[in-house]
Amino acid sequence: MSENGKMVTIYVLGKRHVVPADLTMMKAMEYAGHQFRRGAGCRGGFCGACATVYRKKGSYKLLGALACQKIVEDGMIIAQIPFSPSEKKTYNVSDLKAEANTFLQYYPEIARCLACNTCTKACPQDIMVMDYVQAALRGDVAQAAKLSFDCLSCGLCAMRCPAEIVPYHIGQLARRLESKYIEGPTEHVLKRCAEVEEGKYNAEIAEMMKMDKPTLANKYNTREMRIK
Amino acid sequence: MSGYPDYMQESLRKVAESRSKRYGSKGVAPMTPEERQSILEHFHPDWKPNMKRPIAIGPSKGMMVPVEVADIIEAHPIIKPSDIDLSHFDYDMDVLIIGAGGAGFSAALLAQENGIAPDKILVVQKLRLGDANSKMSQGGIQAADSADDSPTLHYLDIMGGGHYANKPDLVEAIVKDAPDVIKWHESLGVMYDKNADGTLLEIAGGGTCRKRMHSCKDYTGLEITRVLLDEFLNRGIGYVEFTSAVDLIMDDKKQVAGAVLFDMESEEYSVARAKSTVLATGGFGRLHIQGFATTNHYGAIGDGIVMAYRTGAILRDLDSTQYHPTGAAYPEQIVGQLATEKLRGRGAQPVNADGDLFVYHLEPRDIESSSYIRECYERNKGITTPTGMRAVWLDTPMIELVNGKGTIEREFAAMFRNFKKFGIDIRAEPMLVFPTLHYQNGGVEINPQTETNVPGLFCAGEVCGGVHGKNRLMGNSQLDLYVFGRRAGKNAAARAKKATVGKLTLAHLNRYDRWLKDAGIETTRKSPLLLPEYRGKKTLEHRLNLL
Repeated sequence: MSENGKMVTIYVLGKRHVVPADLTMMKAMEYAGHQFRRGAGCRGGFCGACATVYRKKGSYKLLGALACQKIVEDGMIIAQIPFSPSEKKTYNVSDLKAEANTFLQYYPEIARCLACNTCTKACPQDIMVMDYVQAALRGDVAQAAKLSFDCLSCGLCAMRCPAEIVPYHIGQLARRLESKYIEGPTEHVLKRCAEVEEGKYNAEIAEMMKMDKPTLANKYNTREMRIK
Repeated sequence: MSGYPDYMQESLRKVAESRSKRYGSKGVAPMTPEERQSILEHFHPDWKPNMKRPIAIGPSKGMMVPVEVADIIEAHPIIKPSDIDLSHFDYDMDVLIIGAGGAGFSAALLAQENGIAPDKILVVQKLRLGDANSKMSQGGIQAADSADDSPTLHYLDIMGGGHYANKPDLVEAIVKDAPDVIKWHESLGVMYDKNADGTLLEIAGGGTCRKRMHSCKDYTGLEITRVLLDEFLNRGIGYVEFTSAVDLIMDDKKQVAGAVLFDMESEEYSVARAKSTVLATGGFGRLHIQGFATTNHYGAIGDGIVMAYRTGAILRDLDSTQYHPTGAAYPEQIVGQLATEKLRGRGAQPVNADGDLFVYHLEPRDIESSSYIRECYERNKGITTPTGMRAVWLDTPMIELVNGKGTIEREFAAMFRNFKKFGIDIRAEPMLVFPTLHYQNGGVEINPQTETNVPGLFCAGEVCGGVHGKNRLMGNSQLDLYVFGRRAGKNAAARAKKATVGKLTLAHLNRYDRWLKDAGIETTRKSPLLLPEYRGKKTLEHRLNLL
């Protein structure tokens, strides 16, 4: 029963179930007797394993959601799409250039983008999918990386795209290009790696490894805190 | 419009009123070592009586562990050795890696870089590639790489946070490898948050003496894991999804030599023989220790410790479990889900029903959690949710007061989105939080080369114990995955080049059943569990296994 005892009727792959009104789609399906082997992952909106399409009572619209992040509604018709078929192209990331041609070389179908924005409407993360595909197409790697950053690769955009583009592969490629070629390595990290390599910290760490617990605890309790 | 019920509005008003007074004030001082010890003993779930029992069998017999963990250890294997045909192998590998999270991918990449052909490496994964707690890490990864920081200070923070129970050589390994892990990630194309001058953003974490947390917004684990997955696929390394290891295979030389695999869909078994086996199966949050809700992934249910223990591997530090201070407590749909520590790192403060501060906001996790429990259950200053859960406020609007408007949407996209979906705008209103089961502090004992005491068996990531002692600090689990995952891949590859596998056997499973019998344990329990059981009560009561 829900908090207030209210129940709703939902249809999972067409089959009718009566479930507590305040459950997420995922918990409602479990309440109804499903044990997920596919279609469940982190259960917290971070992995995209539970992509689901649904229609609401009285509406022609086909909507998308993550089952772990969406509360059921009376009359909802639900179908999980736990997998989206796609071919991820393979490449050596060290051999690439951060430019439009890289996207076109591996995923030439992005040139078919109709700018219809169906992908954006399908995204359960409210990402501007079409805008990042268009950014990739014009070679704006930074923008494609930024706009696609919150993507969970759930696949709903790819399932809806009339041009048969797989946007999440474009986003992944854009982000790797952005980090590797535009932002580049961080100087102070490289410097610290060299210092560790030279053995700069070996003696002081070795000394602490030999300390008895009271001595080490004293060192810990009196260390200077610089986090303000 | 408020996302909270009417009866909480009075308390919310007090929180909003105290915000300007709290802003810029000194707040609550960090606890002294004596205060820390006292609050742990009185309020930390690890210290609650009757929640643990000593393991009755095996090489770590006598070690106190949560009863839920003892239950899966003191359980029969799910396979019968006589049902498995070991004379034929479906996979004959140099390196077998069980688990495809951050540690598994790192091990696979490094095994390949260290000379193992991609088709002689096999990664098996119970769910999808990348389905792991690794992906759910929000706040960050530690590495001491700024000018006023050092691996030495990182070492000191880890040891103190872990109550000096840590294995020093593992701590040495993690702090020294840390900067190189960040360098490696950047070379692969991980987008870390940076300042305008190109330096890495460094954030405060509970129990750290310097700001050394690196983040990718609040999708840190997602960003790192998906880059490693992309790289893994680019290199053509072998994998099989929706297939779980159900027990390890040994040989007549007492080495681990592969695993019995189980296809989660067809339910058929297969045999993978391997010269080196890496366990990277993650933790046990889905065991719901003491009935706690958990932040953990659907598949994190302690399979690895069980499989390793049956081969004779030594366990350690499983008496301590991490409860993350800030699990969501409202609304009901997201109870137990993680509200990242980065929120506190950027200024969010825990306050009680009266809007008052009651603890320093960046204590180590076990201390911080204990103080929330004290506030709710001893001082009765918590807020009770409609489902009867007690909680404290985490004042997120303070983040924008401290760091400027727009900070939450920019740096906390996941938190903002996940709460907004359930009607709460964390820019305007605080969150309700209570400790949630988060991390398996202990696990299989390894050395810095990730070897266990059983030849042929390597372990990396949350399945291991020793690195974090009795309490892990924020950002060190992400780091742990890559430090020890990479070491596991390298060392598993080196071993595979010279090792030979003898006659395969599952005799250790029969031995395990004998241990159970000799200890007088009569049980129908079987493990590993593979997946948690969340089906409705009626379904389970009326279930017939007919097909």
